[in-house]
Amino acid sequence: MALFDKFNKLASERAELFPTGLSPFETRIEEVYSPTEARIGGRRVLLAGTNNYLGLTFAPECIEAAHKAIEREGTGTTGSRMANGSYGGHYALEAELGDFYRCNSVIVFSTGYLASLGLIGTLAGVQDIILLDADCHASIYDACRLSGAQIIRFRHNDVADLEKRLQRLKEHTDNTLIVVEGIYSMLGDRAPLAEIVAVKRHYGGYLVVDEAHSLGVLGEHGRGLSEEAGVATEVDFVLGTFSKSLGAVGGFLASNHPESEFLRYASRPYIFTASPSPSVIASTRAALQLLRDRPQLRERLWANATQLYRQLQALGYQLGPEPSPVVATLLGSRQQAVAFWQGLLEHGIYVNLVLPPAAPGGYTLVRCSVSAAHTPAQIDTICQAFADLQAILEQPDAPKPQGG
Amino acid sequence: MAEYRQILDRLYTHLRPMAPQGMTLEEDTDLISEFGLDSVNVMDLLLEVEEDFDISVPLNLLADIRTPKDLACAITRLLEAG
Ligand SMILES: Cc1ncc(COP(=O)(O)O)c(C=O)c1O
Repeated sequence: MALFDKFNKLASERAELFPTGLSPFETRIEEVYSPTEARIGGRRVLLAGTNNYLGLTFAPECIEAAHKAIEREGTGTTGSRMANGSYGGHYALEAELGDFYRCNSVIVFSTGYLASLGLIGTLAGVQDIILLDADCHASIYDACRLSGAQIIRFRHNDVADLEKRLQRLKEHTDNTLIVVEGIYSMLGDRAPLAEIVAVKRHYGGYLVVDEAHSLGVLGEHGRGLSEEAGVATEVDFVLGTFSKSLGAVGGFLASNHPESEFLRYASRPYIFTASPSPSVIASTRAALQLLRDRPQLRERLWANATQLYRQLQALGYQLGPEPSPVVATLLGSRQQAVAFWQGLLEHGIYVNLVLPPAAPGGYTLVRCSVSAAHTPAQIDTICQAFADLQAILEQPDAPKPQGG
Repeated sequence: MAEYRQILDRLYTHLRPMAPQGMTLEEDTDLISEFGLDSVNVMDLLLEVEEDFDISVPLNLLADIRTPKDLACAITRLLEAG
């Protein structure tokens, strides 16, 4: 088999699903007008698939902070965190996140993906064991592979299955990492964290919670699921990203284990890639301040999320298990999902199309993500488009897992 | 290897419901290129098999598991290791 032959299957699937050559996965956003509006092709669209949970990408405070940082410090750091890429702003952001999470060690990475690789891929080694939820994000799977540890997958949100696996490990739990997410990115459901913590307390192990989709979304202060579930002090490592509720790009690790500071010397994704640009750090700091100062953003977000979930449910759509800012609609075949996605775009609504294996359980889905910046009228517009497209689903192709 | 045959038969009971139309399953059927599973199907199959045999199979082993026979051998070894 020649080098490129491995793409043959992809090429034929792509040709079959997108015969006109226009793939939803190559969407080009020509202009962005606001956190909720943009132009795609010739069409003005409502953005309902962005992870822009608090709608802060155009917040004047963030834009101004980014401007000032560019003028003062230039466009890029041109170096790694370990060399010339740690400015005052990077350390200040770490201190502010430390204050927010009440953690004495916070490390900023260039993306959330790299934070995951930097923690899990470095801390766990070939002698160690990782227990991960089956629905964990690809960044976590990749981090596990990088670690070389024994990787054991447990059924999604199934604490009894996790417990059985911890039992099987017997005395080996002191070198075991358990990895879960705050809100799962595809179906929008959250981990049963209090129960997971109880099991960890009983059997041992260290717990990582990736709060990528729950930072600014859950908890009284927006710290995430660990706060909402009241178990923040028993979570060993919090992973997070600046690319969703904070409206920028970058990631972090927060921990109260003082040893995690050694990751600055041991973690290759910290050492061998350039640090976030000064403007990115500055807008992130401003966004974190807004997240803390304006709990009403979280209230708006949840009002919108609940409105969308309830209305789509009333239309008879099969959704993820609970209302959340990620609202996933489960569809049938790949062809049906693609047609549905295209129909939404023709109605002026952009959402995310997710096909297996990226979607769990063999489902195909369109994934809406709600923003605090959506107006109730915009949520109604989204629902109206879903109502108009119900005919697509009446074809004999009911939602069911594909091929497994 | 007396147990091997029984393990294989139990694996077949998990695999058969996943079989594409008209596909027969042999010890040496390639689960991905012939049987048509994708990498996530294989991991999900593993969850069922793990429950059935009351073991955890590290995903690291999947790199060397292409056929029912490979999987049955891996399970045999894990059961023996206790
Ligand atoms: C659960 C989870 N973790 C990590 C990431 C990666 O974050 P980033 O965009 O900062 O690399 C994502 C984003 O897609 C995610 O959904």
